[in-house]
Amino acid sequence: MKKTLKYLWLVLVLLFIYVPILVLAVYSFTNATTVGGSTGGFSFKNYLNLFANDEMRGMIFGTVALALVCSAISTVLATCGAIGAFYSKRVTKSLIGNFNQIPVVNADIVTGFSICILLIVILKADKSTFIPLGIGHIVLTAPFVYLSILPKLKQMDGSLYEAALDLGATPAQALFKVVLPQLIPGIASGFMLAVTLSLDDYFVTTYTKPSTFDTISTYVVNATRGSQTEIKTALWALSTLIFVLVIVAVVAMNVISGKKRREV
Amino acid sequence: MTKLRFSRKQLCIPYALFLILFVIAPLIVIVYYAFTDGQGNFSFSNFTNFFTSTNTLGTLLYSFGLAAVTTIVCLAIAYPTAYILARSNFKKKYVLLMLFVLPMWINFTLRITALKEILSLLEGNISKYPFLNSVIGMTYDFLPFMLLPLYTSLQKMDKSLLEAASDLGANKVTVFLQVTLPLSVPGIISGMTMVLLPSMTNYVVLDMLYNSDYIMGSLIGSYFSAYDWHNGSMISLVLLVIIFFVTLVTNRFSDKDASARGGVL
Repeated sequence: MKKTLKYLWLVLVLLFIYVPILVLAVYSFTNATTVGGSTGGFSFKNYLNLFANDEMRGMIFGTVALALVCSAISTVLATCGAIGAFYSKRVTKSLIGNFNQIPVVNADIVTGFSICILLIVILKADKSTFIPLGIGHIVLTAPFVYLSILPKLKQMDGSLYEAALDLGATPAQALFKVVLPQLIPGIASGFMLAVTLSLDDYFVTTYTKPSTFDTISTYVVNATRGSQTEIKTALWALSTLIFVLVIVAVVAMNVISGKKRREV
Repeated sequence: MTKLRFSRKQLCIPYALFLILFVIAPLIVIVYYAFTDGQGNFSFSNFTNFFTSTNTLGTLLYSFGLAAVTTIVCLAIAYPTAYILARSNFKKKYVLLMLFVLPMWINFTLRITALKEILSLLEGNISKYPFLNSVIGMTYDFLPFMLLPLYTSLQKMDKSLLEAASDLGANKVTVFLQVTLPLSVPGIISGMTMVLLPSMTNYVVLDMLYNSDYIMGSLIGSYFSAYDWHNGSMISLVLLVIIFFVTLVTNRFSDKDASARGGVL
């Protein structure tokens, strides 16, 4: 009886989480214009519209490109930062650590608004150069890369670096061939985290983006204000595609890391 | 050309400069703008605008109310879930946990779109229940952020303490109240902050669910649209102060781990 109750609870929570997404997924394959309305039969119309519409294709491509480029820059910047800070004096180390913590605890909207004021209002940076947007996304993501590398640095055997030097490696060689390889898992998960944060962001993007550029978040929000049914239902298709991609990615990651990972 | 002397420490210089330029400087600018007027003169008017207007104070209260209810609802759903998951005998608990947090990698605006369609179907006209829908929307959005820290703290708990408690005669309820619950406080606190702050600022959820009430985030949004940088900065400053105090409290209770925001990867 108690066990049944537990399962019932888990099932209820899962229903809350998945019913909206799955219902939308089902309706994305019909001609329906509202969920619960007449379906008008099975159709790939929404998927065709999604890819036929230049605006939406560009928006999806732009979102992904922005996330990948900014995350790559964040990863390089924060990896160097974390390594450098790790070997620095205590004061420097804790100063960088504390600064790094600010965007993590800060509300995204304040991060975005403050960058907008500094770059666009005071320094008169041109939004259409994508520089404010890029900087915004790097500020948003780099601290999380830093945080995912830090534990790997602490776990690292410090004597390996010294050993490499004793065996004749230059400091740069020791860093690239000995230290860096040990940080790879942290760097990889930091990069992934950066990509997901950037893809999901709305606020930093809104306050720093060029007026003609949209990411998925800003596009969806504008679309809900508008009344174009075709765009609305095409977004159902987008939601379903992303859902499938996320499942594939999560399964793949678990298969890869499952071999290395003990039960958490 | 002389060879540049390379030291490992110097690697942190670019990142340190980046943080100073784009994290610290913007915050200083926010404080400066909050206490100046359009001509750059020192002014308390933004401050008095915020603290004497019933509108903005009402917004602050409404934000707190919405955020508090959302946080409690998230906790009420996430705690039993995390508890059942952490104590279950499944071989692959981790995979099961993934099932519960997986939607957080779908763009939140798309998830809210899905929720909105379901709510419209259930309620007919969703603008009739703005507060309720906002709570549901925020819960839908932020539940994983509550679940993850709770699961982590319940999972890593030393099980021998629980056995010791029951060996010493405590019944299940006592074990839970006297041992499990106190030991999971760090998880509760960090989950609560992960939900509390975004639900004070994420006005997109309200907009998308046709709640025309304002929360703190909406104020920044509307000042942004009106190019009113000074009053907008004052709102940001108020939020920063709230965040500062919340962080102070959190640092006292929670153990520092980076599992914030999607850290399960």
